[in-house]
Amino acid sequence: MAKIVIDGREVEARSDVNLLQACLEAGEDLPYFCWHPELGSVGACRQCAVKQYANAEDTRGRIVMACMTPVTEGAIISVEDPEAKEFRGEVVEWLMTNHPHDCPVCEEGGECHLQDMTVMTGHRERRYRFDKRTHNNQDLGPFVKHEMNRCIACYRCVRFYRDYAGGQDLGVFASHNNVYFGRHESGTLESPFSGNLIEVCPTGVFTDKPFSKMYSRKWDMRGAPSVCSNCATGCNTIINERAGKVRRTLNRYNDEVNRYFLCDRGRFGHGWVNAPTRLRSAGYVINGDMTPVPAQAALDHFGKIAASGRLVGIGSPRASLESNYALRKLVGAGNFSTGMAEPEHSLVKLAVSLLAAGPARIATMHEMEQADGALILGEDVSATSPRMSLALRQIKRTAFNKAADQARVPHWMDASVRTLGQDTISPLFVVSPTVTDLDGFAQDAIRAMPEDAARLGFAIAHRIDASAPDVAGLSEAEAASASRIAEGLLAAEKPLLVSGLQYASAALLQATANIASALAARGKTPLISFVLPEANSMGLALMGGLSLDEIAAQTADATLIVLENDLSRRLDGAQFEALVGSAASLVVLDHSVTPTAIRSQVTFPSAAYSETDGTLVSAEGRAQRFLQVVYPDAPLQAGWRWIADMAQAAGLSHVQPWARLDDLIAEIAATMPVFARIPEAAPAADYELEGTPLRSQTHRVSGRTAIRANISVRDIPPPSSPDTPLHSTMEGSYSTDMPGTLIPFYQVPGWNSEQSLNRFQQEIGGKMRGGDCGVRLIDAAGGSGTFSSGIPEAFRARAGQVMLLPEARVFGTDEMSMMAQPIADRAAPAVVRVGGTVAEGARVRLSLGGEIFTVDAVSDPSLPEGVATCPPHMVSRSWSVPEWVSLEITAPAERVGTESAV
Amino acid sequence: MLGIIRTIWMTFLHMFHRNETVQYPDVKPYLSPRYRGRIVLTRDPGGEERCVACNLCAAACPVDCISLQKGEREGRWYPEFFQINFSRCIFCGFCEEACPTYAIQLTPDFEMSEYVRQNLVYEKEDLLISGPGKVHDYSFYNVSGLKIPGKNKGEAENEAKPVDIHALMP
Ligand code: SF4
Ligand code: SF4
Ligand code: SF4
Ligand code: SF4
Ligand code: FES
Repeated sequence: MAKIVIDGREVEARSDVNLLQACLEAGEDLPYFCWHPELGSVGACRQCAVKQYANAEDTRGRIVMACMTPVTEGAIISVEDPEAKEFRGEVVEWLMTNHPHDCPVCEEGGECHLQDMTVMTGHRERRYRFDKRTHNNQDLGPFVKHEMNRCIACYRCVRFYRDYAGGQDLGVFASHNNVYFGRHESGTLESPFSGNLIEVCPTGVFTDKPFSKMYSRKWDMRGAPSVCSNCATGCNTIINERAGKVRRTLNRYNDEVNRYFLCDRGRFGHGWVNAPTRLRSAGYVINGDMTPVPAQAALDHFGKIAASGRLVGIGSPRASLESNYALRKLVGAGNFSTGMAEPEHSLVKLAVSLLAAGPARIATMHEMEQADGALILGEDVSATSPRMSLALRQIKRTAFNKAADQARVPHWMDASVRTLGQDTISPLFVVSPTVTDLDGFAQDAIRAMPEDAARLGFAIAHRIDASAPDVAGLSEAEAASASRIAEGLLAAEKPLLVSGLQYASAALLQATANIASALAARGKTPLISFVLPEANSMGLALMGGLSLDEIAAQTADATLIVLENDLSRRLDGAQFEALVGSAASLVVLDHSVTPTAIRSQVTFPSAAYSETDGTLVSAEGRAQRFLQVVYPDAPLQAGWRWIADMAQAAGLSHVQPWARLDDLIAEIAATMPVFARIPEAAPAADYELEGTPLRSQTHRVSGRTAIRANISVRDIPPPSSPDTPLHSTMEGSYSTDMPGTLIPFYQVPGWNSEQSLNRFQQEIGGKMRGGDCGVRLIDAAGGSGTFSSGIPEAFRARAGQVMLLPEARVFGTDEMSMMAQPIADRAAPAVVRVGGTVAEGARVRLSLGGEIFTVDAVSDPSLPEGVATCPPHMVSRSWSVPEWVSLEITAPAERVGTESAV
Repeated sequence: MLGIIRTIWMTFLHMFHRNETVQYPDVKPYLSPRYRGRIVLTRDPGGEERCVACNLCAAACPVDCISLQKGEREGRWYPEFFQINFSRCIFCGFCEEACPTYAIQLTPDFEMSEYVRQNLVYEKEDLLISGPGKVHDYSFYNVSGLKIPGKNKGEAENEAKPVDIHALMP
C-alpha cells in the first residue's frame, strides 16, 4: 500500500495499480474510456488526464494520463484542477465531434459509458458545425448489432476480441479519424465470446441484437441475479425483465468465477423461457397433442393414478437442487434416479469422488487464469465449458507477466506486457483427439484418442512421481511428450489439470487424478477441474440416486414422475420405449414441451429459472442461488411446489408443503450433510438492508400506471413471492454494499453503465463489498492421494468399423439454449467429420441407437483413419457416447434421392 | 356586523359587473395552441410516424402513465404499441418537453370525459394524427446517423459520405 494525495485528501492506494484505478477505488469520478479493469491500460483515449505534482512545493504540476502512471508513495495529484478538467472537457469534445445524434435510437442509451463520461466532464454544448464522418455497418450475425458511426476509437473491442479472447475476425481498418472496427466483410463473428463486445464497447457500436428485438431501457427493467444454466460452469448473470418477458442476460461479476465476461451461449441462450415451446398450464396429452386442463383437475387425476401403485421419480441435472430433493422425498431415495443414464451417471459420480478424495483443490476460473502450468487432458473445453476456455486462454499471460516482472513493467501496462511477452512460451499443454480452439494458445497440442490420452496421462503421472504406475508399450513420441509435459508441470508453482466427460472415459479422469496425486507427492499444490455435462450434474451426484438404467428395472407398473428431464436425449428409442412403456403411467413436470412430455398422461408446468429461486451446484462444487425476475401467472410454479401439491392430492402425508423456499433449503441442509452449507449460498428471503428488503427495479422505472392499462385500468398490487429476497418493485434499499448474490443491476449516481461495477468492489478486480457469491460444498481431501492403475489398452483401429467420437459444440449440442432462436440461428448444421480423405459433397449413412441417419460428411485430416466425429444430440437425439459404428460413405454422384434425416 | 353589511354590499355591486361565465358548451372558450390538453402523436413532414420509441417521455412522466414498446422496421425505430392512461395523466407536459423528435404534443382539447374509466386508456391508433402538429418541418432522422429507407449513411444533415475503409490516403 502507498499513501497518495488526491486533491488534498490523503488516501491509501495499492502500489501495484495505476492512478486511475487508485482514483476510482478512492471514490473519485474520473472519466476514462480505453482502460478496462480486465484488459489494462493502453493510454489511447487521453480521457483520464489528471494533474500530478512533483512535491508539496510544486504548484504548477503537469498533466499525466492517470491510467498510464503508476501509483508511487507520496504521489500528489489533482482531479479537480481546472487545467486538468479543461483538458478532459476538450478530449470528450473531440471524441464527440463525429458522434451522431443517435441516443434516442441507440440501444446503449441510458446505460452508455460515453453518455456518463460526457456528462461527467460537463460537455453539454456541441460547437462543432462541420460534417461528421460516417461509416457503413456490417451484419455481424445473430448476436451483435453494429453501428459504426458511434465509435470513439478507444480500441477496447479489438483488445478484447483479439488480445484477450483470441478471436481473429475482428480488426481495425483505415486510419486517423476514419478508423473502422469490424470484419473484413459482413459475416457472423466467429468468436464464441463476441457478446462481451456489447459490454466492453463503451458506446453503442456493438449492441445486443436479440435484445434490440425486444428492447427496453435499462431503467425500465426489473433485474435479478441469476446463474447461467447452459453448462456446468456456473457463470453468474443478471437477467432483465419487462412486462413478464425476460429481455436479456448480462454478466454479473463474481471475482472467483466468471469475473467480467460470459460466453455467447450463456448471454444469448435464455430465449426459450419466452418461447412458444413453454408449458403454461397443466395438460393431458390427447392424440399426441398437449391439451390444457385446470391445475386442480390434473392434480386430482394424479391423485387417482398415484393411489393405485408405487411412485418412481426421475430427477434431473438441469433442475434445481430443491425440486430434485422434493421429488426424492416424495418417491423415497430407493425409487429416485439422478436422471442420468450410464455411463454419464457413473462418470459424474467418479469425477466427484476423485475430486473429493484427491489432494488437488478444485480450481476456480480465476485461479485457472493465473496458473503457471496447465494440462488439458482429453476434453475440448472450448466447446464443453466455453467460459472456462476463455480463462485458460489467459494462461499465456502468466508467461507474459513473468517477462514483464523482469523488465519491471507493471502488469496493467497492457501493450508493453504483450510486447515483452511475444517470445515467451505458454505453459499450457493440450491433449485431445480433435483440434480444439485452445491449441493455438498451447505450447504443445497433442492429438491422441481418448484411450491414448489417458495412457499419456498415466505416463505423465509416473514421470512426475515414480510410485505412480507406469504405462507399458508407449511409442517413443508419446514417451517424449509425457516427459516434456511432466517437466512443464513440475516447473509450475500451481499446476492446473483439466479433464472432463466429453469422451465418457473413466480412464481420463483417473489419469488426471493420478497426475494430481503425483504432483502433490512432489510437494506441489496442484489444482484440478473436471468439466461436467450440465448445470446441476454436480448437485445430483452429491445427492445420489440410481441411474436411468437401474431405475428401468423398477418402473414396471409404477407411476413414473419425471422432473424437468427429457429422457429421449438420454435413452435411445428402444430404451426410452421400454422405460416409459413399462410404467403404469407417466407424469411429467417440465417448463417446456419435450418429446418426453408428449408421452405423458399428465403434465404440470414448472417455473423456469427466471421465474423461481433455486440452487445449482456448479462443476466447481459451488452452490449458487438463482433468483426469479418474472412473477409468472398461475398455475406456473416451482417444481418443488408442484411436488408438494401432488403429495397432497395423492394423500401422501410424508411430504408436507413448504411455505417458503427457505424452509425447504433448511430441510435439505438438515437432512443431507453434504448440503449443510447451501443456506449460505445466498441470503434468505427475509434479508433486509438498512431496515428494508432490496428492490429489483430502478427508481426511474416508467409506465407503472399504463403498462397493463390495456387489460384493466385498475391498479393491482405489485407481485410478490415468499421465496425471493428481492422486492418486486422500485421500493426497497439498494446500495453498493449489498451482497454480491443479490445484485439486481449495477448503477450508482453518475454511472449508469455496467462500468459502475467498480463501486461495488472492495478493490477493482477484487472481492465484492457485499461479500462472496456462492459456497463451496466439496473440496480436496488434502494429503498425497492415491494412484489408480486402471490403465487402458491403446486405441487400435478396427477393420470395417469406425470409432465415432462426440464433437461437442458451443452452439448446437446443449439442450435448452437450442430452444433460443439466436443460438439455433448460430448453430452450424450437423456434419460427420471423417478421418482420412472423403470426397467433397459426400454423405455418410450410419446407424445410431437402432436408427439410420444420413448426414453430410467432411474430411478431417487431423483425425486418424478409422475415426470420425459427430455432434451429440444433433444427429441422433440420444447419441452422445463414443461408439464403434459402420459408416457407409456415399459419393456425391450417388446423392440423388438420399434425403437428410437431420 | 359591519363586515356582514360590507359583504352584502359587495355582492350587490357585482350585479352591475360584466358577466364572466361562458355558456360552455354552446360557446367554446379560446385556448392558446400551447394549452396542455389531450396528447397526440404527430408525423414528420414525410408523413411517417415521428415517435422513435425512445421511452424518454415515459421516463419523464411523473405519474408513469405512458407505456410503449420499441419495434424496428428497416432501421426505423417505432412504437409497436403506445399507451397513455389518461385517467392518470395530469397534463403537465413533461412528456412533450422530453421528446427529442417532437412526436408527442399536447393540444388545446380537454373534452375527454368518459362514462367508463377504461375508455380513458388511449392506444396508438387513438393518439396518432396525420400531421406534424405544432412543429412543421422537423424530422429526427435527418439529424441522426441511422440508415433508413430513403436515407443512406452520409445523407443526413452535416454528414460526410461514408468512409472507404480500404483507402489509405490520410
Ligand atoms: S453511444 Fe451513447 S452517446 Fe452515443 S448515441 Fe448511443 S447512447 Fe448516445
Ligand atoms: S467500437 Fe466501441 S470498443 Fe471499439 S473502438 Fe469503437 S467505441 Fe471503442
Ligand atoms: S402530460 Fe405529464 S402526466 Fe400526462 S403523459 Fe405527459 S408527462 Fe405524463
Ligand atoms: S419521447 Fe417522443 S420519440 Fe421518445 S418515445 Fe416518447 S413520443 Fe416517442
Ligand atoms: S483511460 Fe487513460 S488514456 Fe484512456
